[in-house]
Amino acid sequence: MASPEDAPPPREARYVLARTLIARERPGDVVGVVGAVQGLCQALTTHLDVLGAAVNLTSGRGPAGVIAASDDRCRQLDELQFSAGEGPCYDSVLWGRPVLTPDLPAVGTGHWPGYAAGAVAAGVTGVFAFPLQVGAICLGVLDVYAARPGSLTDEGLLMTLTFARIATEILLDGDLVEGGDLAPGLGAALDYRAEIYQAQGMIMVARNVGAVEALARMRAHAFALNQPLLALALEIVGGRQRLEDE
Amino acid sequence: MISAQRLSRVFVEVADTLVADFDLIDFLHKLAEHTAAVSDAASVGLMLADEDGQLHYMAASTESAKHLELFQLQHAEGPCLECYRTGRPVTVADLSEGDARWPAFTPRAYEAGVRSVHAFPMRLRDRVIGALNVFDEDPMPFRPEDVKIVQALADVATIAIIQERAISRAETLTEQLQGALNSRIVIEQAKGMIAQRSGLDVDTAFERLRAHARSNQVRLADLARAVVSGSADIPTS
Repeated sequence: MASPEDAPPPREARYVLARTLIARERPGDVVGVVGAVQGLCQALTTHLDVLGAAVNLTSGRGPAGVIAASDDRCRQLDELQFSAGEGPCYDSVLWGRPVLTPDLPAVGTGHWPGYAAGAVAAGVTGVFAFPLQVGAICLGVLDVYAARPGSLTDEGLLMTLTFARIATEILLDGDLVEGGDLAPGLGAALDYRAEIYQAQGMIMVARNVGAVEALARMRAHAFALNQPLLALALEIVGGRQRLEDE
Repeated sequence: MISAQRLSRVFVEVADTLVADFDLIDFLHKLAEHTAAVSDAASVGLMLADEDGQLHYMAASTESAKHLELFQLQHAEGPCLECYRTGRPVTVADLSEGDARWPAFTPRAYEAGVRSVHAFPMRLRDRVIGALNVFDEDPMPFRPEDVKIVQALADVATIAIIQERAISRAETLTEQLQGALNSRIVIEQAKGMIAQRSGLDVDTAFERLRAHARSNQVRLADLARAVVSGSADIPTS
């Protein structure tokens, strides 16, 4: 009987699965961030059997524009929030956490009077907004739309959180970057390890760059050297590395 | 062992802070400090589970780097993890060097001078979201009434994180946990920046951050965010 240690931990397995699905779904003719994010929206939609997904970017004042969507309808659903100036994606950025509304018809007009009616009229029963954030930085929002009640079960929610993490990484790295020789999923994942973010802060000051740039440089360095991000972070926190050569 | 007077001070402060301007990480640190004072323990730490059931350090009463390390290494093994998984308190009143339950944790704990460990589940009805960990440098048994009091403090921490007394919406747990975990990341980013600027270690950097927030009467969360976004700095000399 295989021991529990043989199976990859669920987090890693989800991460590898999601990346595989994205790589498979991304349109062949669109490079870089847009192609990767579009592949992500389509992979998520197919795998989780939802209406669709869209990713929008945030500026200093909140959600600012759709970068890619699984289809035009979801692009327009996202834009409904922008024209209303309110909606789940705004709140997710404001509160720094996912805003999950599986029953939009019931609670929508109470929360977002200017937005909900239009979305409900378009057939949306659920909206799930995930801020693409790393601590104090928020790069965008992943919005997932459902047209059937009961969407996004426990397992679906776990996979969506995984897709959201990968979307954050795509926005940081400029594309869906492969981890080189490392075991798939091992090097890239932005884990909840304190040292990664302490190191980010140190690089910000040492190299006089902003938070996004510091983390992007750390990731680029780790990828180039086939080094797990956490290992690089431990070197930085230990004072042995300041990315001087980047 | 537990003083009623100290305990009443805890509840006054808890009531004060569970209102507007609520600052989760700062609150959890204060709760850990109160729990340590109330139970006369060397250190108290709070661990929160992510969506995969992995424990992550959130707050502690101590500035001791060794004890902080002991809290942080329990994401893989230790009394907190056991407590989280079983949903029941784990109590070792007199830690022996040869205790085989946690082969990676026990030697490090013993070496750090820890002689008793207790872990209390942070739970709301049938959901366990983390664990509250108590260390002492002398063997320290917990009487049943003391267990109840520390368990009540762990329950207060749970309510502070979930912000509700019952999980009526299944989504609440995910929303609040993701928010709490991200709040911790903001603090870590600020710690790294202050440590690099000042030449201090990250834990001392954190104490400076907290002290500055207190003396300037700003929320710790807001100050940390401002430091990372570049709109604030703190004196580091």
